[in-house]
Formats: sequence, C-alpha cells, structure tokens
Amino acid sequence: MTEAAQTKTHAIDISSLGRVSEALNLENEKISLEIKDLKLSYGEKEALHGINLRIPQKRVTSFIGPSGCGKSTLLRCFNRMNDLVDGCNINGQVLLDDQNIYDRKVDVAELRRRVGMVFQKPNPFPKSIYENVAYGLRIQGINKKRVLDETVEWALRSAALWDEVKDRLDESALGMSGGQQQRLVIARTVAVKPEVLLLDEPASALDPLSTLKIEELIHELKNDYTIVIVTHNMQQAARVSDYTAFMYMGDMVEFGSTNELFTNPSKKQTEDYITGRYG
Amino acid sequence: MGVITKDSHKQHISQQFNSELSELKNHLLVMGGVVEKQVAEAVDALVKGDTALADLVLARDEDVNRLELMIDEECTQVIAKRQPTASDLRLVMSVAKMVSDLERMGDEASKVAKMAIVLSEEGESPRGYVEVRHIGEHVSRMVRDSLDAFARFDANKALSVMKEDKSVDNEYKTATRSLVTFMMEDPRSISQVLSVMWVLRALERIGDHACNVAEHVIYMVKGKDVRHISVELAEKAIEGKR
Repeated sequence: MTEAAQTKTHAIDISSLGRVSEALNLENEKISLEIKDLKLSYGEKEALHGINLRIPQKRVTSFIGPSGCGKSTLLRCFNRMNDLVDGCNINGQVLLDDQNIYDRKVDVAELRRRVGMVFQKPNPFPKSIYENVAYGLRIQGINKKRVLDETVEWALRSAALWDEVKDRLDESALGMSGGQQQRLVIARTVAVKPEVLLLDEPASALDPLSTLKIEELIHELKNDYTIVIVTHNMQQAARVSDYTAFMYMGDMVEFGSTNELFTNPSKKQTEDYITGRYG
Repeated sequence: MGVITKDSHKQHISQQFNSELSELKNHLLVMGGVVEKQVAEAVDALVKGDTALADLVLARDEDVNRLELMIDEECTQVIAKRQPTASDLRLVMSVAKMVSDLERMGDEASKVAKMAIVLSEEGESPRGYVEVRHIGEHVSRMVRDSLDAFARFDANKALSVMKEDKSVDNEYKTATRSLVTFMMEDPRSISQVLSVMWVLRALERIGDHACNVAEHVIYMVKGKDVRHISVELAEKAIEGKR
C-alpha cells in the first residue's frame, strides 16, 4: 500500500458514530444492590432457592418469568415488604451500599425511604394531588410551605405530570385517569428522594399510550435512580431495561444485558420462554 | 395509509425509539456516502492510472464491511426490543436489505480498483476508457440519487433511478460490442481489453444494486413491492391509490 493510502486508510471514524444503545457490561457497572444466597419460604414452601444477583446502579433492571416464579417476591425483599407476610422466612443477605438490609440495626422506615416502591394498581391516597406528593415529606417532619411547594413541583415534573396537573393541584387525586394516577404515585415515591425505585408491574393496568408514557418516564428516571421493574410483558422488559433477569420456579436462570438476552440468550430455558415455546 | 415522510420516524412517544430509528437512517447514509465515494474514486483511479487512489478504494472496503456489521446489529436490536410495525417495520426491513446492496457495491468498486492497479502496471492506456468513464459517471449518479431518495423518502426519485438502470444496461451492451470489435482487430490487446470488460461488468452490477436500493426505498415509502416487475407497472403501483 502506498504512503498516501496508509495515511488516509479510513474515510470515516466508525467509533465516532453516535450509538444510542451503548454496549453494556456488568463488569463495568457500579453495584447498587447485591443479593447473596437469598432463600425465602412461605411456611413450608420455599419460594426462592438461593438467589445471587448484582443490580447495577442507575440502570433499569427487569425481572421476567412465568407467574409464580418468584419475581415479585424477590422484588419485595429489596425493601422488606415481605416482613409483613405471616410465616415468611428469609435467609441470606441483601446488601444496599454494603449494608445488609436484614440487619437488626436497620430502620425499616428509613430503608423504605431509600428504596421506594410502586405497585401494579395505582394507589393514590384519597387526598389532593398536592398532598399526595407532599405526604412522604410531611411524615419526615418537613412542613415549610416553600420547601414543600418546591419539592412537589420538582417531583411532578420528574414524573412528567406537572403540565397536566399544575392548575388543579388541590383537586382530589382520585379524579385523575389511571395513567395519571400511576405517574402521581411515582411522583410521590420520587419526592422523598430514594436511591432505588422498585416497580411491580407498573403499567399492567394501563392502556397502551399510558404504558408508553410510563416507559418513557422510566427511561428518564434512570439518570438519577437505580430502577428494578417486574413485568409480565416481555416486550416491555426489552424496551425499557438495560439488564434483564429471567426467573423460573424460584431460581435465577439467566441474568445479563437486555440486548444480549433478547437476541442470543445463553440458556435454553430463557430462549424457550422469550420465544413463546414455554409450555 | 398515512403519508410517510422523512420525519415520520421522529414522532414516537418513546424518544429512545425515535433516536434508534434516526440512528439507523443516519448510519445507512454514512455507509452510502462511503460507497458512493468508493465508486467515483475507483473509476477515477482507473482512468487516470492512479494506483494510490486505487489503494485507498481498497482500504475503504474495510470501513464498508464494518458498517455493514454494525447496521445489521442495530436492525436486529430494534426488532428484538421494539417490535416495529407498519412504516417502522418497513424502514427496518429496507435498511437491512439496502445494507447488503451497498456492501456489494463496495465489493464491485474494489474489483474496479484492483483492475486499475493491474492495468496501470501493464502500462499503455488501452481502449474502452471512454466507455468506462461514461458508464462510471452514469452509475455514480444512480448511486447518489438512490441514497438521496432514501434520505428524503422520495418514491418518485427512486423510480427515476429504476428507469436509469435500463439505459445503463443498454450502454453496457453497446460498449461490450465495440470492445469485441477491438479484440477482433488486434488480438494482442485481448488481455487488456478483457480487463476493461470486467470493469464495465462491475459498474453495470453497481447500477443494478443502486436499482435495488431504489426498489427498497419505494417499498419503505409506499409499502408497494416493486421488485421483479416492469418499470411501467412500478410507476402505476406508486401512483395507484389503495
């Protein structure tokens, strides 16, 4: 090859082309939650058989799997919601910033502030829109009107709801549509500035457009929060998440980047499930 | 069917989906730009006997190959993650197919570049260069127009590229006939003239691929599959209302 050709070998620098979806590698991630050999049983029946998992910070991680595989149970372990279930027995560790959340010293109310949760059905309080969002702050003893106003606006903006409700903050939250209610609940969760957001089927009761809005919101929120989402809808997992975990019968079958898992899963079981061959 | 324009793919609720689709389009256009350059430079290298330029064309092929892999991967990801439908699906499918056509054009341009090196080493400017330049320019224009049609979602422009393909085929036939005459007149020139024939063949193939790209553009914009039918029928299909 001549000299002239060598100096100009590449007409364009391909690495400089923008890529929307960066290649993700769990090795390079900061870890927010680390689950070590977590076993959970309801009475005699063991529902989780020793889960090991590292959930990366400021990413969206989704749990998929057939009904009863333990996804919601696992999610609820992350802010000790299972404490409220009679006969529920938990062994193993869940580390949040290297501290085991099942440690005796842990203040559960504080834990649940740091790890917020949104459920399948929107559950706004029968109060005004404003009071719904301000609720968590008032519980913390914050009552200054200026602080509350600011935080409520900020939280509603984060949940992409501000423009729709700014003129009717004093109206009852129960008068909102389902999609709006769900975003309100997300705003209420975000208002107390958690580190982790747990979403349990956040869009399954919503119509397709509201679902897309919630998904878009999740994409925005991951800049500031670690998000873990449980969903029955595999396509939703593919659309919103960076990492996906496939669970089956209380075991973690496969965990990896969503791009990889949905184009080339490493386990046969995963392939069968995501291609609809699971029966 | 709603009217599909070049901005139709920026209107999803999901911004992420919007950017994935426009990224797909942009990357295809980048690849098209490289190939377009390759074709023009390969012809230039041959006619001017510039081996350095021919080397450059060969080196660019690597870029084209890498872009092919990258865009294919992006198409796979969009299908796996977004389940595109209607015009989005047509966009993704068309891009996936255009990528292979562009890559083949790159290969053909490389063939021309290789011949340029061989012929320049043999020295003595052989016959047929006028035809090469003429067809080369014609084909380059087709490549450019097909990419323009893609960038603008312009089905009519794509149709005009399909029409051009006919005349390139005719020019190719005429050129072949006159080169055969040269060979009969002067058997010592056969090996060189044969090389020129290969070049013309490669250029004609590039025209065919440009025509394929144009057909994919029409499918993408209008949803009508105009492959394997005459240009007249294709024209009717574009105008026809559903």
